[in-house]
Amino acid sequence: MTLLTALIALGTLALIFGAVLGYAAIRFKVESDPLVEQIDDILPQTQCGQCGYPGCRPYAQAIANGDDINKCPPGGETTIRKLADLMGVEAKPLNEAQTESVKRVAYIREDECIGCTKCIQACPVDAIVGASKLMHTVLADECTGCDLCVEPCPVDCIDMIPVATTPDRWKWDLAAIPVRMVE
Amino acid sequence: MPGLFQQIQAGKLWDFHGGIHPPGRKEQTNQKPIAVLPIPDRLYLPLRQHIGVAGQLLVKVGDRVLKGQQLTGADNSMAVPVHAPTSGTVLSITPHTSPHPSALPELTLVLEPDGLDEWRQREPLNFLTCDNLTLLSRIQDSGIAGMGGAGFPTHIKAGLTQPVDYLIINAVECEPYISADDLLMQEAATTIVKGIDILCRLLNPKAVLIGIEDDKPIAAAAMMAACSQREHYYVRVVPTKYPSGGEKQLIQLLTNKEVPNGRRPADIGIVMQNVGTAFAIAQAVLDDHPLLSRIVTVAGDTLNQPQNVLALLGTPVSALLDACGFQSQPQQRVIMGGPMMGFTLPDLSVPVVKTTNCVLAPTAQELPAASTEMDCIRCSACADACPASLLPQQLLWYSKAKDSDKLNEYNLADCIECGACAYVCPSEIPLVQYYRVAKADIREQQREALKAEQAKARFEARNARLEQEKQERQQRNQQLAAARQQQQLASGANTAVADALARIKAKQAQTAPADERNKEQILAERELKKQQARDYQQQKAQQQQAHQATEPHSGQPEQTAATVNTDSKAAAVAAAIARAQAKKAAQATEQHTTEQQVMPTPDTGKGNEAVVSAEADPRKAAIAAAIARAKAKQQTQTENETSAPPAAAGTVDKPTAESNSAAPEDPRKAAVAAALARAKAKKQASAEATEQTAPLATEAVIADKVVADAVVTEDPRKAAIAAAIARAKARKQADSENS
Amino acid sequence: MSFKIASSPHQHNQRSTAHIMRLVALACLPGIAVQAVLFGYGVLIQLVLAIVTAWLSEALILKLRGKPVLSRLKDNSALLTAVLLAIAIPPYAPWWIIVIGTAFAIIMVKQLYGGLGNNLFNPAMAAYVLLLVSFPLQMTQWLPPLSLQSVDLTPLDAVCSIFTHYSCSGFSLPQLQANIDGITMATPLDTLRTDLSRGLTLDESLSRPVFFAFAGTGWLWLNLAYLAGGLLLIQQKIISWRIPLAVIASLFVLSAIATLAAPDTIAGPLFHLFSGGTMLAAFFIATDPVSASTTNKGRLVYGALIGLLVFLIRNFGGYPDAYAFAVLLANMAVPLIDYYTRPRTYGHRPRSELK
Repeated sequence: MTLLTALIALGTLALIFGAVLGYAAIRFKVESDPLVEQIDDILPQTQCGQCGYPGCRPYAQAIANGDDINKCPPGGETTIRKLADLMGVEAKPLNEAQTESVKRVAYIREDECIGCTKCIQACPVDAIVGASKLMHTVLADECTGCDLCVEPCPVDCIDMIPVATTPDRWKWDLAAIPVRMVE
Repeated sequence: MPGLFQQIQAGKLWDFHGGIHPPGRKEQTNQKPIAVLPIPDRLYLPLRQHIGVAGQLLVKVGDRVLKGQQLTGADNSMAVPVHAPTSGTVLSITPHTSPHPSALPELTLVLEPDGLDEWRQREPLNFLTCDNLTLLSRIQDSGIAGMGGAGFPTHIKAGLTQPVDYLIINAVECEPYISADDLLMQEAATTIVKGIDILCRLLNPKAVLIGIEDDKPIAAAAMMAACSQREHYYVRVVPTKYPSGGEKQLIQLLTNKEVPNGRRPADIGIVMQNVGTAFAIAQAVLDDHPLLSRIVTVAGDTLNQPQNVLALLGTPVSALLDACGFQSQPQQRVIMGGPMMGFTLPDLSVPVVKTTNCVLAPTAQELPAASTEMDCIRCSACADACPASLLPQQLLWYSKAKDSDKLNEYNLADCIECGACAYVCPSEIPLVQYYRVAKADIREQQREALKAEQAKARFEARNARLEQEKQERQQRNQQLAAARQQQQLASGANTAVADALARIKAKQAQTAPADERNKEQILAERELKKQQARDYQQQKAQQQQAHQATEPHSGQPEQTAATVNTDSKAAAVAAAIARAQAKKAAQATEQHTTEQQVMPTPDTGKGNEAVVSAEADPRKAAIAAAIARAKAKQQTQTENETSAPPAAAGTVDKPTAESNSAAPEDPRKAAVAAALARAKAKKQASAEATEQTAPLATEAVIADKVVADAVVTEDPRKAAIAAAIARAKARKQADSENS
Repeated sequence: MSFKIASSPHQHNQRSTAHIMRLVALACLPGIAVQAVLFGYGVLIQLVLAIVTAWLSEALILKLRGKPVLSRLKDNSALLTAVLLAIAIPPYAPWWIIVIGTAFAIIMVKQLYGGLGNNLFNPAMAAYVLLLVSFPLQMTQWLPPLSLQSVDLTPLDAVCSIFTHYSCSGFSLPQLQANIDGITMATPLDTLRTDLSRGLTLDESLSRPVFFAFAGTGWLWLNLAYLAGGLLLIQQKIISWRIPLAVIASLFVLSAIATLAAPDTIAGPLFHLFSGGTMLAAFFIATDPVSASTTNKGRLVYGALIGLLVFLIRNFGGYPDAYAFAVLLANMAVPLIDYYTRPRTYGHRPRSELK
């Protein structure tokens, strides 16, 4: 009899709590972006395709479907850490040896450009302007530094140059100010 | 309960949270008259001395400019021009160490004064008769930007269309040492008041409040005397406390209002101008004397004669210090600005600009250098001192943790970087430095986020466009097909026959092996190319005879056939041909190697002696360069492919990279040589990579050295060539090590 | 020659951590003097023992942690912890009590949490609680004031009894605790507590010789001395007035209300304020910057919480005095208090309006 009472009591409790939890789960549901959106927000949107997917969103989709999180060289360690956080997995090192953290933009040596439009076709964000047989140039503000235009160039006239620091974007790295000898 | 305006009229002052009382040390300089500095040897004028954008340059190197002449234009509303502070010659326009904490070089105009100090034509205005627009454009054209430190363009603040209740003139000067505004008020109170009159004319405020700290009794008295005729001008003497000269703090002190987060004072009907700005406005309007000089406090115990000096803008700091008897110490700090918010200078060639109010050269005893940073003991002295009521130690933790969400939650953006927290910190933590770094990081993150968003939008737009184009194409094709079908239907019973014909054709096409077709094509093309090369050789020989500039080189470039001509149009044609051929050859060799691996890759390697003869036409040189590059690239691809199948035992002739650019007068030619060298290097690099990865395939490959015999006479481009070679070698080495 | 690059501000008020800690320790001097005069010289020996132990253990741990030893020893924080613990424990407690306590405070409570500034709890109070829980007998053997003692104690007696458990003339501590009439006397708070549990009324208990006026004999002067030292610290802007005021005010108000409600069993506010370690706790222990609340409003809450806990434990808890427990419990609440008492930033609307 005692055993039965205990069982009934516990069972009832379990039922009540289950119902409360179930209700709470529905009532207080936290609306969040679908996972792909969240991943896409973390990715740097360079659309460079270095991950093997044609752009950031497809890669986000792939991560959501279980692909590795360490295939984004432009994002570097920070992105991997954030992705690891979001996905609840271990942060892995970038799967390529070189981690480039310096921001770069493409630059076309204009006197060498032959106007083939190959780079224009390669640019995922339409940051190169020009017309056939006329010189092309890169809109530095729009360039994501994805490197995709470098390879197609038949005359190798595209350089990836690091973005120069300006006083406006300076990060207060006092130690980096060179000590100048006077006199 | 009297209203706010009545309270202000009655002289009530309020207080702001926190603040500190550092020793003022203004007695070093505030008793001496303003000294006028002689014109220095050179003036360095950064093209941007304010917040906003630099105007377009109006002068060029070598121009003689007159005193007061505009050097940059006021071509947009955020641009404030820079003027020649004295007459002289523009020596250069180069990057020069900027008067900014980063000391990064900024575009600076270097002026050599001629000592005549010759003025341009001046046109004083009568501000009572001219309209507001004229006044505002005069203020902008005179290059006036906030002289209190921030350097905000004054014409924007003075041209507000919002109703203004209070115009506050900031004469607080709360930083220790600085007495520039103090002296200005002592010596030129009436001009300042005229400047305020002009501002009143523009803004039409209910009252003008002039805030002066109580450690400047003489200045306060002078201002009171000068304002005595104007009934709605109130001189308010505020207690000495740092940072009561901060814009937000002074507003709270004088009006008990707070500028809401993310808004500007104008939104609550207040405009604040520095007293120096008011003076500059008066000069600009009444005398047509643009902003050419300013008063700078030069102080510190390393100086024999600390004093205020009237310095031309662009005067290097060294001239200021020398004029005051500077005795440098080891580990000397030279600070531009006050001890609380100023920044140290890495060298003394940094010029005085519109916002420079002080140059400080203290001894180590006077302002001891910061000792080691200790752990925070959570004493909250910082929070007690913070004028913005922030919690500096929480901000410190989150700055160290780079937690930008928390930093935003704790309102890091409201930090005015006054340094009060670091001043009181017993652990001597450079709190402000941490905040600045964190702020810069957050700004960068925001920029990146914005950029990522834009990139995404552009990417999506592009994809949409491509998709649309594709669909349009499909649609067009479908329409065409439908049209054809209809035509056929219309033409009647021929369809059956046509179908049969088509089938036969298809079958034929299938039976013809693709390989052979390719082979035939390739052979034909190669023939053609050889022919062209021969033609080219011939032509070149003729030309060389004609020009006879250098010794001729005989090589056997097979794939290049640029119909060389002195005519530039012809050259362009030649370029096009060259490109086309290069491409064709590339395709040919590609197919060739992939499909017929047993056959030794023919002469691809031989076509490596690109000889450039001396040609007068620069276009031609460029063409040659393009050809060389294209060829190089193509060859790279070929060789990469030969390496892939290990069974292939092709003998690849090793590139003998000899770029003999002989005595070119023309710099373009040197560039060509450089390009050649690069191309060869690239080729060779890949060849060596091949060698290492597939040794069987490339047994016969002999790695020759790149010999770039740049027999250039006195051409400065020689260096460039050498650099290119070096680069190429480095690249090669890197490649071979990678593989 | 080159110029030095530094970050602004370039000026500092030159008041370092070491300076602050030294001033706080100096402000304890009046209290120490009063204790030495009224309760014997034991406190001085305890001080010496505590300081030596603190320095040694701090140096040891710093060495093990690979930190600069000398510069950190110079911040005087170990010294202050040692002083506070030494004046909090019974002056004639055996030598190993203070040694264990100080070593625990420095090594476990302070350094193992990451050193100065990173400890969650007040080191002196955590050590006090450890000692009280582990060695309740030794930690409650307070001698009555010298004026009430049956045996005259010389400075040498202090040395003997601390190191050998017996005074030079061979008296043990319990014997010394007995007064002229042979009745064992504990601290006033302890006495009151025992009396009340025996069914005596408040007035009956307060008529004992261990009480003087409205507080304990000697203890009144001791608390006044700490009050003076604390006021000096406030005047020097070393500590904020908010925490002591909140402690005292809440203890005062609570005991006033309680004594009106139950005049026979609960002592009045003045008794609470001037007995036991109230003033020491309010001015010297609760104000320890590291473990206290850091916002202005938070400090008031924190102080009031300590006052409340002291009142509750003294009157309804299991220990006669309570400030060590009260401070530790309040320490635990500090992060929460700090989070909810953030000040309104300039130009922002109050948080309550944001919702």
